[in-house]
Amino acid sequence: MSYIDHPAWRGIAAFAFFTAVLSLAQAQQTVPSVELVDLDGKTVDTEVLADEHDGPTLFCFWATWCSPCKRELNNYLELYPDWQDETGVELVAVSIDDQRSKNRVAPYVNSAMWDYTVLLDPNQDFARAMGVVNVPHTFLVNAEGQIVWQHNNYADGDEEELYEELLKLAE
Amino acid sequence: MKLRVALLIGACWASATGIWAQDDEDTGRISGNVQILWQSYAEDSLIGAVVPPEKTGYNAYANLLYQRGNFSAGMRYESYLNAVIGFPGRFKGTGLGYRYARYTDRDAGVDVTIGNFFEQFGSGIVLRSYEARALGIDNALDGFRLILTPVRGLQVKALYGRMRLDFDSRLINSPNLIRAIDGELDLNELVPRWSDKDLRVKLGASFVSRYQPGGTLVKDTLVLQLPQNVGAWSYRLGLQRGGWMGDLEYCGKINDPSADNGYTYRGGEALLASLGYSTRGLGISLNAKTVDNMSFRADRDLLLFDVPVSFIPAITQQHTYNLAATLYPYATVISGESSASAEVFYQIPKDTRLGGHYGTKIAIGYAAANALDTTRLSGREGLIDGYTRNSWGFGRTKFVRDLNVSIERKLNKNWKLKYTYFNFQFNTLATPVTTTYKGIVYADIHVLETQVKTARRQSLRTELQALFTDEDKGDWATVLAEYTWSPHWFASVIDQYNFGNPDPDLRVHYLFGTVGYINGAHRMSLGYGKRREGIFCIGGVCRAVPASNGFEVSFSTRF
Repeated sequence: MSYIDHPAWRGIAAFAFFTAVLSLAQAQQTVPSVELVDLDGKTVDTEVLADEHDGPTLFCFWATWCSPCKRELNNYLELYPDWQDETGVELVAVSIDDQRSKNRVAPYVNSAMWDYTVLLDPNQDFARAMGVVNVPHTFLVNAEGQIVWQHNNYADGDEEELYEELLKLAE
Repeated sequence: MKLRVALLIGACWASATGIWAQDDEDTGRISGNVQILWQSYAEDSLIGAVVPPEKTGYNAYANLLYQRGNFSAGMRYESYLNAVIGFPGRFKGTGLGYRYARYTDRDAGVDVTIGNFFEQFGSGIVLRSYEARALGIDNALDGFRLILTPVRGLQVKALYGRMRLDFDSRLINSPNLIRAIDGELDLNELVPRWSDKDLRVKLGASFVSRYQPGGTLVKDTLVLQLPQNVGAWSYRLGLQRGGWMGDLEYCGKINDPSADNGYTYRGGEALLASLGYSTRGLGISLNAKTVDNMSFRADRDLLLFDVPVSFIPAITQQHTYNLAATLYPYATVISGESSASAEVFYQIPKDTRLGGHYGTKIAIGYAAANALDTTRLSGREGLIDGYTRNSWGFGRTKFVRDLNVSIERKLNKNWKLKYTYFNFQFNTLATPVTTTYKGIVYADIHVLETQVKTARRQSLRTELQALFTDEDKGDWATVLAEYTWSPHWFASVIDQYNFGNPDPDLRVHYLFGTVGYINGAHRMSLGYGKRREGIFCIGGVCRAVPASNGFEVSFSTRF
């Protein structure tokens, strides 16, 4: 039996590991850096996008095959100009459509007249880095690039809670 | 031993973070998520519900990600105790299924990953490793990946690894090697005087190789040598200008006798083309692809969801309404097919006579796939190559036709309406989604969806669906009602009723109810009822799920 097998040592190691995890999980999370392509074909670094924007940024994960996601983003559309005026928010709609439906994203977005920044995440690299389990998942990021609020679902009326959160940031 | 090593690393990490903290530096961040799915199973002979001896199924995943500056690392702990029905039953036990460490220096253009990673080259037709966790699909690579960006606009990816095959209290990879390289040029970023041009051009090329020990193959009187190294390649071009965009990809593969192609030695070939146009209020998308013998796996002897290196999605849309999505969903015929699709999205402007006060959304989609245009070979050639292809066009056998039209309109502040019509012609011999009918199913589906705001932050959504067909199990109806109390609660009931089944005894109701609670990133739901056997799809992939009856509890969170 080598020294590493000693039960006390394992206990200490496990304890240290979990304290480390807990303490780090308390730290304010920021947006990870993943390079995605927008609808103009330009490469965008997600971390830079969140950092460089002066006001809050909303990251909304969606897909063309996800009905509640489309309801969410279509409902925000009417409110978005006011939100922008009052809070300076920028909405980034991150599509997780894979190769099967990726080509539908631009036609859908333009036909629905979305004024959002739309990013394509076809292999879910950004979704994975953000810990997204299923869509819709919405993250509110403050001007410092820190994730301050999130919601994993969409039901009509959720925009009211989001608006309250946006106002808190604008204060 | 593995656990001890993990704990040792944890201890070093913990002490290291302690030191960093003293220096008052960034100690890095932990994030992650947890998903738990539990089901119980009870007997129901009428629907053929499956009851495993342990009577319950339990899948759980926890991802833990750590990031500090340019360094990141992560792992996933997963449990199948035992796997829920519909998942690969061989997934069992509990342990680490994914772990990696990564260093990314964007300024220097260096990105290195060791351990598990997901990757996609171009459209994914020569290489895509990805996960669809809810379907049990995960073909992560395990090895070493280097991504270099020596100058802006040029990116080279090189990787060596083994592909995930199975899980038995630990990750189990296929023993064969995958080696791949991909290069992409973005001319507008690379050439300074092109940076402001309206026309955007991207070029790419990939090469992927698999090594699997060979041997011989006996066919009739022939003794054939199996190729040990199989290569596939692709070239792609992407153009964009104003509202227009076009993509073209050509790929090929050398002889790769496999279970998918009946161990023939014909090479593979594919051509994918797409053209899109969109402007405010209008979007058009056209796609065509012919894929001939391009199934490429990390193991020539495996089938279905096991170790796919190539990703060949179906030409049809992923529908979301119950009857359109789960009874006759098309999946690519992996041996080869020719297909095309067209889709138009249009919004009739607001405050017009036709468009109404809020505007009206219209979408029309059509997709078709047929067998390849081929001629069977006979004799010795037939044994070796199987067939020759005469053109890139459609062959005679029809695989699928899918027409759908939808109209969506907001009537007033409180009411929304959406009507969708589908017309399917579905060859159940090409995509065997049913055991009760062999041939072409002709189906018409009507769906009326309404949504009404009942009070502040409350709404009721309903779907009335009907499917009419003279084939297979006959007519179906689905009624769904969903009530939401924003931002925390929802309740829904769905009933699928096979009212037109030719056998009156099989005119069964599949009733399922769900109640759920959401708080930020935490989501919990409890369901009870009968689930029909059917095809469950997420994104571009589908899996057959057997019938079951019982409770379901699901929980997910992100931290």
